[in-house]
Order: sequence, then C-alpha cells, then structure tokens
Amino acid sequence: MRLEVGNILIKEIQFGDRTEVKEGVLFINREELAKVTGEDDRIASVDVYLAKPGEEIRIIPVKDVIEPRIKVSGKGGVFPGLISKVDTVGEGRTHVLKGVAVVTTGRIVGFQEGLIDMAGPGAEYTPFSKTMNVVLKVEPVEGLHQHEHERVVRLAGLRAAEYLGRAGQHVEPDHVEVYETKPLLEQVKEYPDLPKVVYVYMLQTQGLLHNSYVYGVDARQIIPTFIYPTEVMDGAVVSGNCVSACDKNPTYIHQNNPVIQDLYERHGKDLNFIGCVITNENVTLSDKERSSNMTAKLVEFLGADGVIISEEGFGNPDTDLVMNCYKIEEKGIKTVLITDEYAGRDGASQSLADSTEKGDAVVSTGNANEIIKLPPMKTVIGYPEVADIIAGGTEGSLGEDGSITAELQIIIGSTNELGYGLLTAKGR
Amino acid sequence: MTIRIVHYINQFFAGIGGEEKADHKPEVREGVVGPGIAFQQAFGEEAEIVATVICGDTYFNENMAAATDEVISMMEKYKPDLVICGPAFNAGRYGIACGAVAEAVVDRLGVPVVSGMYPENPGVDMYKKSAYIIETSNSAAGMRKAVPPMARLALKLARGEKIGSPEEEGYIPRGIRQNEFAAERGSKRAVEMLVKKLKGEQYVTEYPMPVFDRVAPGPAVKDIKKAKIALVSSGGPVPKGNPDRIESSSASKFGRYSLQGIDDLNPENSETAHGGYDPVYANEDLDRVLPVDVLKEMEKAGEIGSLHEYWYATVGNGTSVANARRFAAEIAKELNAAGVDAVILTST
Repeated sequence: MRLEVGNILIKEIQFGDRTEVKEGVLFINREELAKVTGEDDRIASVDVYLAKPGEEIRIIPVKDVIEPRIKVSGKGGVFPGLISKVDTVGEGRTHVLKGVAVVTTGRIVGFQEGLIDMAGPGAEYTPFSKTMNVVLKVEPVEGLHQHEHERVVRLAGLRAAEYLGRAGQHVEPDHVEVYETKPLLEQVKEYPDLPKVVYVYMLQTQGLLHNSYVYGVDARQIIPTFIYPTEVMDGAVVSGNCVSACDKNPTYIHQNNPVIQDLYERHGKDLNFIGCVITNENVTLSDKERSSNMTAKLVEFLGADGVIISEEGFGNPDTDLVMNCYKIEEKGIKTVLITDEYAGRDGASQSLADSTEKGDAVVSTGNANEIIKLPPMKTVIGYPEVADIIAGGTEGSLGEDGSITAELQIIIGSTNELGYGLLTAKGR
Repeated sequence: MTIRIVHYINQFFAGIGGEEKADHKPEVREGVVGPGIAFQQAFGEEAEIVATVICGDTYFNENMAAATDEVISMMEKYKPDLVICGPAFNAGRYGIACGAVAEAVVDRLGVPVVSGMYPENPGVDMYKKSAYIIETSNSAAGMRKAVPPMARLALKLARGEKIGSPEEEGYIPRGIRQNEFAAERGSKRAVEMLVKKLKGEQYVTEYPMPVFDRVAPGPAVKDIKKAKIALVSSGGPVPKGNPDRIESSSASKFGRYSLQGIDDLNPENSETAHGGYDPVYANEDLDRVLPVDVLKEMEKAGEIGSLHEYWYATVGNGTSVANARRFAAEIAKELNAAGVDAVILTST
C-alpha cells in the first residue's frame, strides 16, 4: 500500500468570506464551519474560535484534537466508517493542512478531559500549543446521555476537520512524503537482509468513555488484526476516549503516529517495517489473555524479529502492555515498550501497575503525577471550573486568580505514549 | 564562604573500639576524626569539617529514637551546611544508623546529606530516598575510592548545584523519578533502542522494571489432620499494648507471640499496630486479621493436627522489601526448627 502525503504548510489562519487556502493562509468562513460542525439535531450550538501559538489562551476541557486532511486520490475518504464510507483507505494521495488543528471543547462529558495552554509553562508540555487551533465549542441539546454526548462531539470534530481539509484539495503541497508498505511476502523480499519489524499499536478500550474506533468499529470488539501503516494516516483509527488527557491519543496523534513515521525513517536502512498489529486494552482478564495471545501469535506469524509496543492510558492497561511484552518475548521476538509513569507527585513510587523482567527495553514518556503550576491566561475558551474535577486536578486546583495547580496529567498530550513529545523521566 | 560540614561516624572508625565498644554513647568532637581526615583533604579550602559526632552502633540501633535526638542536637549547634554520614560500607547496623541520622538531618535541620554504602547494606533500601548514598565496596578497604565521589557530591549539594544522574555522580539510585525533556522524541528513542537491541548492541532502558520475587507455591499438605499450622501476618496483629513497639509503618522488626491460654482474640488481649488501614474492625475482633478462634476450634475438633504455639507479626505498611525479606528468612528458620508443616499468611 502506497500513500503520498502532501503537506500544505499553513503560516496563518483567519476568518474570511470563504474557506480557502491562499499563499499559505487558511481563510475560514466561520458561519459555514459552524453549520457543518453542527449538522446533528443533538447539537444545540457551535461557537468557533481561533487560538494561535503564543497567545494567552487556555482551552478547557479539550475532548479531541484532529488534523484537517482530505483524500485527493485513492479509495475512500478520511475517517472511514464514521464520516466516510468504510472503503479501505491508505492508498493514493492525501492532502494535509500542516500546522492547523481542530480542537473540540464544550461542556464536560466525563471527568478525564484536559487542557491546552497556548502560552506559558503549560505550553511546553502540549504539542497543541504549537499548532494554529480552530477551536469548536460544541454544546449538545439538554438531557443527552454521556455516551451519546461523546459520540456527537467526536463526529462533529471529524466533520469540521474534513470540511477544513477540503480547502487543501486543489492546492499544490509544499512537500510530498511517500510511504509504502507492500504485501508481506513482497515486503520481506524487498529487504531480505534487514530485521523485520512490526508495530504493536495498543488502543484504549476500557469502556465507559475510554474507547477507540477502527473504521468505525469500537475497538473493544476487535480481535487483534493487521493494518497497513498508511491506513492510520487517513484516519482509520479515531480517538473516542476521555481517558486522562496526558496519555490519551488524540485523533491528531493517530493521524501523525510518530512511531510509524520514525519506523519509516529507518525503513530500508536499519530495518524492514512490515506493518502494524492493532490490539485493545479491555478490562476483563479473559479479554486481556485473548488479545495478548492473538497479538503474539500474529506478530510471530508475520515473521517479526522485533516489535515496538505502545500503550495508551495507565494502570489497568499496564497489564496488557506487560502481557504483550512477555508473550512476544517468549517467542524469541525482541520488544521495546513505550509507556509513561505514575510515580507519585514526589516520584518515589513504583511507576507501573505491572512488571516483567522481559521488559528490559522501555522508553519512558514522563511521570504524569508531577505537579505543574499554570498561571492565569487572558482568555479562557470553555469552562475553567472543571480544573477541580478532571483527572490530575483536585479540589482547589483552580486558584482565585485563574491559575491552575495540578498534575501534568491534566495537559493534553503531555506524556503521550506514542512518543510524540520530548518528555521523559529519569531515576535520581 | 567556607562550607560547614559535620561528620557522623561510629565507634570503630573513631578508633574507640570494635564490637565490645559498640554501646558507646553519642559524643561530639571538634574538627576531624578518623576518615574525616581524608574528606578534609578532598575538600581543601572549600569546606571545613567543623565537628564529628560519634556513636556506637549497638547503642544507636537499640535506642534509635533517643540516639537520633542526641545526635541531631549535637550537630545543630555547629550549624552545618551539609552532613556526611560514614561511609558505612557493608556494616548493617552502621548503615542503618547513618541512614537514620541522614533522614533526621534532612527532616529537622533541612540540610543535605551524603553517605556511602555497599548496595546490599540494609541501610540503603531504608534510607536511600533521604540521602544521596554513594556506592562503595563492601569493606573499609574501599575508603580511598569512596571519599572522592562523596566529597565531590557533598560540595555540589552544599553549593546548591544541579545533581546529575546516579551514573554520573556515583550514587545509588534513590528510586525517585524526575521529569526532563530529552533531545529526541520518545518514538525516535524507541526505534533507536530497537535497532540496537536487534543488532545486539548495548542500550539503556529508560525505566528499569521492578523485579518481583515470584514464589512457586509449595506442594499441598499431605494430611491436614496431622499438620502443624502456624500463623504469620503483616497486618500488625500484636498483643495488647504492642510490647515490641512495632512501627505503624516502615516496620524495622517483627514480633513472636505466644498463643498459650488464648482461644480467641479480643479487645482485651490484642490489637493491630498497622497504620495503613482503618483499625476499628480489627481492634474490635482481631480474629478478623489473625484467625485464631477458628483454628483453635479446628484443632480441638481434630480437623488440623495442631496450631503452632507462636504467631509472628509485623506491619506491611510501606515496609522496605529488604526488611521484609530479612523478616521472612528469620521467621522461616524458626518455623522450620519448630517442625511447622504449613503456614497461613494473612495481610490486611
């Protein structure tokens, strides 16, 4: 499967009469965007704001972040099974408005959404302080159940991202990246002397507002399966979870999965990247056993010499990470794990809920419990009072002056377990 | 300004004597004593050891609270900027004393401490979070190698400089995780690590996973009607009044208590020493933690061979793995000697 990703570098975003890209500037028709986003009779209102790097803006509570993309050629459309038909995606050409992100906010759904600061110390910890954000405050009609509320806002964000992405359909990209993974036997033949690497891509599926979707299917229902890396780039995997902000994978980070990108970077040089196995993180023991057994079996069947395993979330999913590691290593296949840590506010506790001595190669993306003080911002989009209840905050987190003192957990993407950021934790 | 340092050593390194002098009570001397000379040389003009506090290891360990108070009040008068303890190498009681002094110095005087120990010294696990403990060899023969990294780290700490990693500075990892920004993103570090692992090259994990002891279950008891059963608990079940003063958390000891004449635990004869859970229901009826009543009934009915005369108890609340391992080895030895066939372990 071969995909050309055409990046249109956006230097500036502003409201305009029509939604279009002109010389690196994205103009947005505010009313039209609000209308497309709100095309659901369960949505009462949509407000559109812009938040740019360096501006003193706080967005809270953030539900998802999505990158505007559009299919230019090849089968299907972005986010198949959700807002496009379920065609298999990942081939042809896709255009990206690089530098722009759609951020959804609004009344809180659960208690595990997070925040983005566009300036100040908090900005250093979230990748979305560096993107030009089109913020959508989506309010549902009264009386909507939480699960439906989550779904309504999720789909609204995807529609908005596709709407904006469409502005790039006929624009010549600034640069084009080509990614290709061939069917297994051909791919093995292409670099017969290089070690074969599979990416084991764990998706959050603990349920109760902790879900992910693959081609529109709740990943809790899947048996671990093979997926081409380029399918992910077209939105085959979508976040539907409200799990702690720091280590949930927003849809934007799925679309730009850094493990996939960095494996492609070494593809044909140091390794032969033969594809991804997606698996889930269900809560019952039999589900965990089944999924880790199937994952190990599939990785072995594909002939992998080594795998990278990334986690999403913490605590309960630590057991899935450890089971995957143990069972894959048992088959003589080498593993590297990516996880964050919950070592307590003082950093003195054990970081993971489970352990295996076979996990001898671990990348840490930081201690989520570490405390950070975020100064007040001039503008707050959303509802600052939820700082006291979302994961990582406690009663009194929100100061009278509008500052927030909370665990890093509260910041979207701060300890991202796909390794999107620079943060790590070290033993001292 | 010259950095003021107070040094803590035991009776042996002060030249007072060995085990026979280990009950030596705390004393303070102006200036350097024993290993302090080497430290003073390493410091040169930058720091001065203004006083040395000496205490016998037996005295310290048997009177820990009082000895700590005495030592701290002696040190306080010299207004230290930093305290050095030991090095204690692999001397267990000296290590524990150094660690306890270090913890009290940090808590009460608010100044940093550097110590030195062999990694297996029990003082390491107990106190590594309080003090920076430089890794040393297992005997005093390693003094010459221990002094330079201890002195170097002491000066850094006293000057308030940034402390590097355990590998850079030579201290035993304290088990404290601190965030920092790496040069490359996590995914790139992961791919790099995998490439090295596949090539069989050296790589360093960013999070060494804790290794848990996995104990294989023993074979089933062949004939329970003949078996001698003992009770061991980390739930803190002790005779009323906690005669051994087992700590409510981070226990440093266990107790052995007789069941003679006891058929039932009740608020008159027993209580829990554990500080990690709501003790109301345990104190109302301690059989809830240690099922003496049921086992005595089973013993009388001939359903088990016998109930061992003693029960063993400690507190599992934040107790270090090193201590727990030591308790278990000692308890197991006694149980074996007493011909016990099986043990019921209870926690909380």
